[in-house]
Amino acid sequence: MTTTEMKKVFSRPDSLKDVQTHYCPGCQHGTIHRLVADALDYFGIKDQTIGVASVGCSVFLYGYFDIDVIEAPHGRAPAVATGAKRVHPNRPVFTYQGDGDLAAIGTSEIIHTANRGEKLTVIFVNNTTYGMTGGQMAPTSLPGQKTSTSPEGRDVNTDGYPIRMAELLSGLEGTAYSVRVAVDTPKHVLQAGKAIRKAFKTQLDGQGFAFVEVLATCPTNWGMDPLKANERIAEEMIPCFPLGVYKDATE
Amino acid sequence: MTKRLFVKGNEAVAMGALEAGCRYYFGYPITPQSDIPEYISREMPKLGGQFIQAESEVASINMLLGASASGARAMTSSSSPGISLKQEGISYMAGSECPGLIVNICRSGPGLGGIDASQADYFQSVKGGGHGGYHIIVLAPDSVQEMYDMAMLAFDLSDRYRVPAMILADAVIGQMKEGLTPHSYVAPDDLEVKDWALIGDGKAGEQKVVKSLYLGDGELEAHNNHLHAKYAVMQVKEVRYEGVELDDAELVVTAYGSTARIAKTAVRLAREQGMKVGLLRPITLFPFPKAAFKEHTSAGQKVLCFELNNGQMVEDVRLSVPRTDVSFYGRAPGAGSLPTPEEFLDQIRTHYEA
Repeated sequence: MTTTEMKKVFSRPDSLKDVQTHYCPGCQHGTIHRLVADALDYFGIKDQTIGVASVGCSVFLYGYFDIDVIEAPHGRAPAVATGAKRVHPNRPVFTYQGDGDLAAIGTSEIIHTANRGEKLTVIFVNNTTYGMTGGQMAPTSLPGQKTSTSPEGRDVNTDGYPIRMAELLSGLEGTAYSVRVAVDTPKHVLQAGKAIRKAFKTQLDGQGFAFVEVLATCPTNWGMDPLKANERIAEEMIPCFPLGVYKDATE
Repeated sequence: MTKRLFVKGNEAVAMGALEAGCRYYFGYPITPQSDIPEYISREMPKLGGQFIQAESEVASINMLLGASASGARAMTSSSSPGISLKQEGISYMAGSECPGLIVNICRSGPGLGGIDASQADYFQSVKGGGHGGYHIIVLAPDSVQEMYDMAMLAFDLSDRYRVPAMILADAVIGQMKEGLTPHSYVAPDDLEVKDWALIGDGKAGEQKVVKSLYLGDGELEAHNNHLHAKYAVMQVKEVRYEGVELDDAELVVTAYGSTARIAKTAVRLAREQGMKVGLLRPITLFPFPKAAFKEHTSAGQKVLCFELNNGQMVEDVRLSVPRTDVSFYGRAPGAGSLPTPEEFLDQIRTHYEA
């Protein structure tokens, strides 16, 4: 019998600070932050990268990522990122935005930033609600979803339909990569990590605009415990927002 | 010897910005300022700069925010309705202390209004414009030469104080052609490296954050007090105005920008007729030349304020010299409302003899 030394196989990415987040129990921002940080570590770009924080739960990006950050007005992160990227074409720039930010108030900015083919990476966290403001109806809320501003459930006749950003942006010439992933199962987490890494590689290779939509939980505002919320991803969200690569012009 | 050029005010402000080292422009077409993006889209790439015609005014001001936070000299330009759209971003720039140049070639309003010269956006410009109780630097050129010179001054002041700067003009100044003597830009000695910005200066491990959100107890109050302390310093150090024949003036005429040009002629005509009249032309609308008004009305002089609106700057004049007799004459902006020198002269005579 031989003695084996303990080997460290898992640790906090260098790109993340050693702090507790303010996120609610069962919220998946933490997982997604980690996947983004893993990608920054993988490419060794932590000290060059500029993050653009949006308005919503993820506005405190700079509190968790050990990178330079610009805080953008609601929905405008792609425009702010465009300005930063044009000044620093060799620095990786990414935005991290929620569904209210990106798919409602910021639709104009995200569409035109993609259409210009800005060499940016966009991480879009879709949890079908406005988390920070307390669970109002989002552009991605599911038909029938009860929220604080759709108390009887989202009525598609008056409130419209969930907007599918990964598909929508895949139709633009400037988009090099558009994908939808989830982080509800270990397999999906691995797939999401690969997609996020590829979205940064797309930028580093100068191939164009890269977009990763991540389906995520909001247990607090969904009124569910973390496990039930996680189950909702597969049961309700993925049927409406199918996972997959919608565009890959990088090959 | 430098060649003298014959150019539009809009071209001059663009030329001055390029000379001052501005290499990033973000904008959206609107009359009567489109000569600015047209000139810059042609000339900036030759200097290695970047011109983006954005999808909206909202996007263009936020691109400016991003470029400024990245340490660059950058600008946008627009006209009144477009400037209204930019107010969100201007508030964020003020809050996160991002310098930058915003050129406003005003047109008449409210709403779609018209494209005529207007000074009706004075309040919006000098009182903050967006939410949150801040100020920006506001410069009011009255000639093509000043459009050129003040583009440089605007960048210098904006960088020095980390406060956004606006050049406030209108179609009279922007569309008019007159002589311009270009000159080389010389950076002031006191301008520091922007080590607050994301300039990529290779200081690994030193996180830089450009933000306007302050949630901790007392943090935002302290931040606001810090901003206002800067405005107070500017009020002491950065006021600029032009005085014309003020020494023996019994009536002090005041006007800025396009209206000041008309007033200058009217003051000259009044002098020819023996009236002791002078002109005090504010060049910085914020900070406002309060002390100059005090100085030039200390012997009981009256003030007559001309504006191309229904009375805005006159309120700042009255606040500056509350015990002085301050009168106002203005024309609401719109087609056909640009006053003539004779019209101002009549007003001067009435108030001088009163």
